[in-house]
Amino acid sequence: MDLIIEFFQNNLLLIYLLLFTIILGFEVISKVPTVLHTPLMSGANAISGVVIIGAIILVRQAAAEDYFSLGIGCLGIILGMINVVGGFAVTDRMLEMFKKRK
Amino acid sequence: MLSTILDITYLLSALGFVLGMQRLSSPDTARRGNLLATVAMSVAILATLIYPFENAPNNYLWIILSMIVGGAIGWIAAFRVQMTQMPQMVSIFNGLGGACAVALAMVELVLAGQQGGATYGQMAILLSALLIGGVSFSGSLLAYAKLEGRVKDANITFNGHNIFNLVLLAATLGLAVWLGMQADTVPTGLAIGLMVLSLVYGFSFVAPIGGADMPVVISLLNSFTGLSAAAAGLIYGNQIMLIGGIFVGASGTILTVLMCQAMNRSLLNVLIGSFSSAGGSTQKGQGDQVVKEITYTDMAIQMYYAKRVVFVPGYGLAVAQAQKMCKELDDLLSENNVEVFYGIHPVAGRMPGHMNVLLAEADVPYPKLLDLEEANDKLGDTDLAVIIGANDVVNPSAEDDPGSSIYGMPVLQVWEAKNVVVLKRSMRPGYAGIQNPLFFHTKTKMLFGDAKASLQELVTAVKSL
Repeated sequence: MDLIIEFFQNNLLLIYLLLFTIILGFEVISKVPTVLHTPLMSGANAISGVVIIGAIILVRQAAAEDYFSLGIGCLGIILGMINVVGGFAVTDRMLEMFKKRK
Repeated sequence: MLSTILDITYLLSALGFVLGMQRLSSPDTARRGNLLATVAMSVAILATLIYPFENAPNNYLWIILSMIVGGAIGWIAAFRVQMTQMPQMVSIFNGLGGACAVALAMVELVLAGQQGGATYGQMAILLSALLIGGVSFSGSLLAYAKLEGRVKDANITFNGHNIFNLVLLAATLGLAVWLGMQADTVPTGLAIGLMVLSLVYGFSFVAPIGGADMPVVISLLNSFTGLSAAAAGLIYGNQIMLIGGIFVGASGTILTVLMCQAMNRSLLNVLIGSFSSAGGSTQKGQGDQVVKEITYTDMAIQMYYAKRVVFVPGYGLAVAQAQKMCKELDDLLSENNVEVFYGIHPVAGRMPGHMNVLLAEADVPYPKLLDLEEANDKLGDTDLAVIIGANDVVNPSAEDDPGSSIYGMPVLQVWEAKNVVVLKRSMRPGYAGIQNPLFFHTKTKMLFGDAKASLQELVTAVKSL
């Protein structure tokens, strides 16, 4: 119990942040029309590629002879980069088609 | 000073993600919204590259090379993929994001082991990232294989699969908790074991879910990847990862719920995959019912001299790649002042909005695409409803047969139109695995064949009138 109270007090701002981000995520998406659900899902997927930032931090801080961290970290960067670049490009391709009419 | 500027840059990037997603909510601003999110991501990555870490070796050569390789693969994949295969592509991209989180968590776990342990809080974060990322990775790959038709559901499921999944989940979580207790030693072997278990669970979790429900699964796994990114953000105390991850986690979840609502099913019902096994009462007396076929010429005449025609596209149109042919027929009819519109069911195709994307690719004007309610309002005043490769979304059982497994799902009331023609390859039931009384309806005529070939014949027939 003491652990939970301590955690709560130490991370109060973090908990606020999480709560409001979740509400924001719900609010923004609930207004999206069905026609845009596929591009939206694709866009959200691209944003979930922010995990690449962790991989970059990992490799930047890895010692030059620590090949384990470097190797797996670089694999992470490659995977994350595919997610980010591919995700945004695919979303743009889909949305481009919505624009053509008119 | 520099670090403060970069922290502010992160803040602006987070804002860019939120505003970008918000702009995606309208067709007019959607493209700019995506661009905004892209810029926000680029800025965040750039800021991470130059962020001043104390005594960091940086390894820029490694980073830049990896970024170029990954970027090139992503770019080429994105431009090679066909519009009909978009859902699969999103699924793969999503899985790779999950794999990235797994890679990070594994490295950090091993490092923690070497450096003499971690706190319980750190362990909880690392193990969450590992677990969620792993499930997202293997689940997404299986979802891809299912959508590509490379895997038959029957080959990867067995009796009591759902019970097996529960046991597997309990075992995986159990191992995670036990490993979390070993914070002072962090045994690497066990961490690898947990990774394997989470990958197996992700696969086994998606296995019993029917192919038609893959959109829901992809959306759910997308929110998983977001959550694993957020957990990884906690590892590095990085705000943009945390905000971006949680934001995607929340939006993916709400999208999943919206998709389930459109099918009038609960998420739980989708996940335990009981769709095909439920409801047997609809299989009554089909022996004495006959279907009526129609010829291309007859149908061409009916369409050409109608006042209003509605096309109802479904997955059959997508697999046959018939969207352009559909548009051609639409043009011919419109020239003769036939009012053509499209009734789009929210879950037609493989993903919500999938049909809209396909039809937009074929240059069908946006105002012609009507959603469920708009289409149902107009159907009573429509001369001919043409069902192109759709089935469950036009099944009247959903409204009048309480014993049917899709009872209560909102459907397009095509039988309200004066005539109905169904373009279909065969009499095989749709993904819900149930018979469709619409095919035996007095107003209905059938036109068997591949959607694209049939539409081609119809275009020729209309031209020769």
